[in-house]
Amino acid sequence: MNSRIGYIAANTFREAVRDRVLYNLIAFALLLTGAAVLVGQISIDIERLVVISLGLTAVSLFGLVIAIFIGIGLVSKEMDKRTLYTVLSRPVRRWEFIAGKFFGLTGTLVVNAAFMAIGVFAALSYVSSHHALIASDGWVLLALYFIVLEFVIITGLALFFSSFSSPLLSAVFTFSLFVIGTFSEDLRGFAKMAHGLTGLLVTGISYVVPNFSALNIIDQVAHGHGVATELIGLNTAYALIYSLAVLAGATLIFERRSLK
Amino acid sequence: MAAIEIHQLEKTYSVGFWRKRPKRALSPLDLTVEEGELFGFLGPNGAGKTTTLKILMGLVFPSSGSARILGMELDDPRMKAQIGFLPEHPYFYDYLTGRELLRYYGHLSGVAPKQLNTRVDRVLEQVGLKEAANLQLRKFSKGMLQRVGIAQAILHDPRVVFLDEPMSGLDPMGRREVRNMMEELKSEGKTVFFSTHILSDAEALCDRVGIIHLGQLRGIGAVEELTAGARAQVEIVWAGTGSLSGFKSLGAECHIAGDTVRAVVTPEKQDAALDLLRREHLRLISVTPVRRSLEDYFVEKLGKSAESNRPNGTAGPKMQSDAEIHSAAASEHSRPHTGIGKS
Repeated sequence: MNSRIGYIAANTFREAVRDRVLYNLIAFALLLTGAAVLVGQISIDIERLVVISLGLTAVSLFGLVIAIFIGIGLVSKEMDKRTLYTVLSRPVRRWEFIAGKFFGLTGTLVVNAAFMAIGVFAALSYVSSHHALIASDGWVLLALYFIVLEFVIITGLALFFSSFSSPLLSAVFTFSLFVIGTFSEDLRGFAKMAHGLTGLLVTGISYVVPNFSALNIIDQVAHGHGVATELIGLNTAYALIYSLAVLAGATLIFERRSLK
Repeated sequence: MAAIEIHQLEKTYSVGFWRKRPKRALSPLDLTVEEGELFGFLGPNGAGKTTTLKILMGLVFPSSGSARILGMELDDPRMKAQIGFLPEHPYFYDYLTGRELLRYYGHLSGVAPKQLNTRVDRVLEQVGLKEAANLQLRKFSKGMLQRVGIAQAILHDPRVVFLDEPMSGLDPMGRREVRNMMEELKSEGKTVFFSTHILSDAEALCDRVGIIHLGQLRGIGAVEELTAGARAQVEIVWAGTGSLSGFKSLGAECHIAGDTVRAVVTPEKQDAALDLLRREHLRLISVTPVRRSLEDYFVEKLGKSAESNRPNGTAGPKMQSDAEIHSAAASEHSRPHTGIGKS
């Protein structure tokens, strides 16, 4: 990473911290503590399942909200407030600005997810009979890694929409793609059944929208099942290629934009 | 060597939602500013000053034409490392302190980390923000933001400094400090290109000025050149309202304010006018030669263009009100100060 990208990323991270984005961790901690205490009292043998499901879903949703609400303003807010003027009049190329913003927000989400992961493991340890983690908890780490890959794609998408549309529309587009992407496996199933133009159209859409179903292994992990190890490489490559493609799109659009 | 070369630069925007129509913000503009020059870019609001600056900074792309700064293309990072820019009504990351902001910009401009702290301290002192260095920008006043804006523009010791309305939002002391700073930059051999609609600032500071209106360059040259050539006049001020008819017969314009009269006559009529005052036993207050000010030139140029551009029955551009707003400031420098308003 060149130094200018690093400085822009660090500034984006600092903005998130100073805007008290990490305060969401308090809400997350309260939620998880409450859940751990509650399931410890009312459930029999499914405490781990509940804590893992709830914990990982909360990590995913909290991160999704942060990724969308910060991501959609990464470019448009800087344009509206004209803070971009004093950045782009320096030896900073537009693609470096996009890359810096992307890494800054991704870094924020990774730090946020890391703190949440500590919370999930603490809750797991609390509800375990011997207050100790077991070998299958390693899969929880993998599920967390896939959630981070999900964040990488969502950040890229939010940044992409932010490079040409208003924050509100960017939020709508990004969230819509997240929802559609969550059901992308169903979409592919439907595409196989459809014929003619509809079949072609649905197949095209199912491959263009991000495949978040493949990144969601919360259910398997909560039930103590593992996943095929080749999925790690495939999902990593998929997330990197997808986010690189949307970032390239964001850069292409932003390179041609005249600022207000 | 030319610091700024602008050749046939043009910008047309599309306006309207359904039926797009072109709106020309900048007509083909040709302009050259030499290195070491302090150049004022004047014009009323909406004249095309900021559009020109945005194009030069690579923030807006021109419809046609080209420009070079220090002999390099506008998107050349080597060139951008050697320029500083203060936008109009600057807005910065308000969660940062003044020092953090300058450090951030210093990094982006490629200032060596070892020199950065020294540079930041120096510019903070230069713009009078040393005490507020560790205060978040969200707590800064408008004037303080303008100062930090100037600080970030000169932080990396640029060869060319672009300032868009640098006096905006500053109190009289602040304006004076900015003026001094611009003169200091010039004395260090830097090129300063600044846009303003405050004519007194341009008149006091600039080696040359360019006047732009409705996207067209209306005039360019040294202030003395632009303000020369007009018929010289003499302003006579006296106490007492007698002898007005005598003065009017000399072709003088008379303005009465309370017990004081101000008359403007040609130099040939000066002796006759003074004789008149002596005969009437009126108390002479002052006799001052009036030179044409930049404001006069500005109003004349803009007045002509307003006439030629104004459709029937529509109001002209806001040039008159600008002139009015700033005439008081202009009087600080070029006009004889009599303390008498027009009646």
